[in-house]
Amino acid sequence: MNIINYKYAAPRNFYRLAGTLTPWFGLITAVLLGIGLYFGLFVAPADYQQGESYRIMFIHVPAAWMSMFVYMMLAGSGAVGLIWNIKLADMLATVSAPIGASFTFLALVTGSLWGKPMWGTWWEWDARLTSELLLFFLYIGFMALQAAIDDPRRASRAGALLALVGVLNIPVIHFSVQWWNTLHQPASISAINKIGAPAIHPSMLYPLLIMALAFTLFYFTVALMRMRAEILQRERHTAWVGEIAGGKA
Amino acid sequence: MNWSEFFAMGGYGLYVWGSYGCAALVLVGNVLSALHKHKTTLKMLRDYSRLDEAGTK
Repeated sequence: MNIINYKYAAPRNFYRLAGTLTPWFGLITAVLLGIGLYFGLFVAPADYQQGESYRIMFIHVPAAWMSMFVYMMLAGSGAVGLIWNIKLADMLATVSAPIGASFTFLALVTGSLWGKPMWGTWWEWDARLTSELLLFFLYIGFMALQAAIDDPRRASRAGALLALVGVLNIPVIHFSVQWWNTLHQPASISAINKIGAPAIHPSMLYPLLIMALAFTLFYFTVALMRMRAEILQRERHTAWVGEIAGGKA
Repeated sequence: MNWSEFFAMGGYGLYVWGSYGCAALVLVGNVLSALHKHKTTLKMLRDYSRLDEAGTK
C-alpha cells in the first residue's frame, strides 16, 4: 500500500523538491560559469600553435561533451521509464531532448567557427562532424516523434525505443577521431603524452573542467525547471495540480 | 593587456566572440524557454479550471 501511495505521490513531491532545488542549482551554475570564463578568457595563456583562437575550446568541448552526456541521460531515463514504468523517468527523457539538442547545436556551430580559421573550412563531411550532426537529428527526431503522439505513455515508449537505437551513435562520435582519418584533432584530456601527463597544460585544463561542470549543472537546472512544467502538464487531472491551477495552493 | 587587444583575440575575435555569443544565446534561450513553458502550462491549467467551474454552475 505504501509503495503504491509513494508511486502516486512521487510527481507531486518531485515538483516541490525541484522548486526548492532550482535556485540553488542556478546559483552554483552562475558561479562556476563566472570562474570558468574568468580563467578561460583572462588567466589561461594563448596556445603556442593556435594563438587566441583555441579559447573556443572552453565552449566547444563542454558543449560537445554535454551533447553526449544529455543523450545518455535521455536514453537511460527513457529505458528506465520503458522497463519499470516510472513516470518521472519518462518526463526526464522528454525534457532532456531540447536541452541536449541545443548543446549539440552549440557544439556544431562553435566547431564550425573554430574550423574556419584553423582548418580553412566551416564544414567537412568527416566521421566526427557527421556523427555529431546525426546526434542533432536524433534529438530532433525524438522530439518530433513525441510531439506526433498524443498519449504520453505511448509517446514515451516510442521515444525511448528511438533513443535506445540512437545510443549506437555515441561510441561512433567518441572513437571517430581514432577509427577514421579526420581533420578533427584527437582528445587532449585522455591522451597521455611522453611524460605521462595529459596533453593539455593545467592552466587550460582547469578552466575547461570548470566550464564542463558549469554546463553539467546548467543542464540539471534547466531540466528541473522543465520537469516542473512537464509534471503539471501530465498530472493535470490530479487533485493537487487542480489546487495549483485553481490558485488555492 | 588592454581591452582592444582582448577583444581582437589575436585576429580571431570574430570566431572567438561568435562562439561565446552563440553560447550565451543558447544558455539564455534555454532558461527563457523553460520559464515560458512553465508559465503557459500554468495558464492553460488555470483556463481549464475556470471552464470547469463555469460548467458546474
